[in-house]
Amino acid sequence: MGQITLNKVRKAFGDVEVIPPLDLRIEDGEFVVFVGPSGCGKSTLLRLIAGLEDVSSGAIVIDGKDATDVPPAKRGLAMVFQSYALYPHMSVRKNIAFPLKMAGLSKSEIDKRVDNAARVLNLAAYIERKPGQLSGGQRQRVAIGRAIVREPSAFLFDEPLSNLDAALRVNMRLEISELHNTLATTMVYVTHDQVEAMTMADKIVVLQAGRIEQVGSPLDLYRTPSNKFVAGFIGSPRMNFIEGPEAAKYNAHTIGIRPEHLDVSNTEGAWKGVVGVSEHLGSDTFAHVLDTGLSEGMTVRASGEVALNHGDTVFMTPQPDKIHRFDEQGLRLS
Amino acid sequence: MATQHSRAAARAMLSPSVLLLLAWMIIPLSMTLYFSFLRFNLLMPGMEEWAGFDNYRYFLTDPAFWYAMRNTLVLVGGVLVITIVGGTLLGLLLDQDFFGQGIVRVLVIAPFFVMPTVSALVWKNMFMNPVNGLFAHFAQALGLQPFDFLAQAPLLSIIVIVAWQWLPFATLILLTALQSLDSEQLEAAEMDGASPLSRFIYIVVPHLSRAITVVILIQTIFLLSVFAEILVTTNGGPGYASTNLTYLVYVQSLLQFDVGGGSAGGVVAIILANIVAIFLMRMIGKNLES
Repeated sequence: MGQITLNKVRKAFGDVEVIPPLDLRIEDGEFVVFVGPSGCGKSTLLRLIAGLEDVSSGAIVIDGKDATDVPPAKRGLAMVFQSYALYPHMSVRKNIAFPLKMAGLSKSEIDKRVDNAARVLNLAAYIERKPGQLSGGQRQRVAIGRAIVREPSAFLFDEPLSNLDAALRVNMRLEISELHNTLATTMVYVTHDQVEAMTMADKIVVLQAGRIEQVGSPLDLYRTPSNKFVAGFIGSPRMNFIEGPEAAKYNAHTIGIRPEHLDVSNTEGAWKGVVGVSEHLGSDTFAHVLDTGLSEGMTVRASGEVALNHGDTVFMTPQPDKIHRFDEQGLRLS
Repeated sequence: MATQHSRAAARAMLSPSVLLLLAWMIIPLSMTLYFSFLRFNLLMPGMEEWAGFDNYRYFLTDPAFWYAMRNTLVLVGGVLVITIVGGTLLGLLLDQDFFGQGIVRVLVIAPFFVMPTVSALVWKNMFMNPVNGLFAHFAQALGLQPFDFLAQAPLLSIIVIVAWQWLPFATLILLTALQSLDSEQLEAAEMDGASPLSRFIYIVVPHLSRAITVVILIQTIFLLSVFAEILVTTNGGPGYASTNLTYLVYVQSLLQFDVGGGSAGGVVAIILANIVAIFLMRMIGKNLES
């Protein structure tokens, strides 16, 4: 079991309210990702769930029981920290065994569970080493190992991949997703990287300034962002926003169109512009188009190895059913 | 130092100070060694003659020597225990957030700036004096017989005085070590179900081990040669109850005018210091390796 409900949870540090009252329901077995820009309160929210911070008001219910005043260790949750927070003076084995030792388990039971975790995470080769002798990815695995031996009802991850290099990050992303499928335990994952959110989550919670902007599956958020913030945050490269007369044609204050939903042509189209920098990734080409006469420069995606050179004139046409319309408050017009 | 050239330059630049330090050490050491083999009494100038190992024999068979040896080790050990336990606890206390933190930290460090002679005199006359001392007043206020610290428990009193001087040093080093502890580690331990005491034992103390090693090594160097506190309080007495090796060397060479015997004592003190150093490095030296 690992069902977490937040009821009107509010957090203030002194006079500064970092999280205004907020409701959220996390179902058992779900992979939930909190995503948002730096300082949006996503880590604070995770720490509130973990019990490392006290809520200012409201209630946290875990598996039907009020856990608001329950100390962290008794909530049945395990956390993986951004810095991994391994105990540097203990070997990998002792690190993983530490929560079990604190729980007062027998020696043989501890050994059994540690060996089991080591097998699941391929730690056996360096189980007697100290954390200082491990690479970033290995440390990450040990930190996850320390979390899974407790057999918690939910895992909390606080930006666990932000200290890894790009290639390793992709690997660990897959491993964590795989682990979620194997264990089928609730996971709450905090990140500022929308790619991680899109690839891993069953449910994404987009946060800004402590408020939940939208909750939904990755593709829900991609297809029907409920406001301009979510529209701009989800998707890479970010959505183009156009205001003014061009938006008025669609009866909106602002319209948004994703780079991949613009058709590019050398001869004709709705909007005309001059290519600035273009990024050739092989699979895609992203071109930044300037001087469009619209409110700002546009990013377009062309498939494959299209020749878009600096200074070329191009025409762009939005796919009509992929245009997102927003009102003056930035809310979605359906 | 990347190139051959810069390495050679570095050696050339370093050599004057290295040579000076070497001379600074080697000349007094060899003179002490030389004197320790002479019959050299200040009352009989010009009568120095070769004495072989006589000075060592007399010094080592002097009953005072074993007292001094024991007192030296008890003094060092006692002060180390008090300062490290007290320093850790004070460090934990000062690591908390409270009003007036800056001022309190300065106050805690203050005893370190009081010179040993002065602090020992203050302790002797204002605290431990059986007639006018503060402790005597407390005892009388409670209707108890005042305790004459320096006569009844001379070594313990000196341990207390010296520990009071060194507590700030230990506190300061251990406080900075505490502040460098990653708070996520403590939070991880909290999530792992460790009680505050277990967190202290399994996370904080291992983290402090390197700082504690530094405190032990530095303090031992200075504590082996405690002198001023003894001179101004008990003069090594009553009997030999508070005489340490340093003080015995002083008695031998300057009160009994026996420079040869004093030098032999000095050499014995050097050997003792080296034995202590070897033991310390064996026991705790590995903590300094990263």
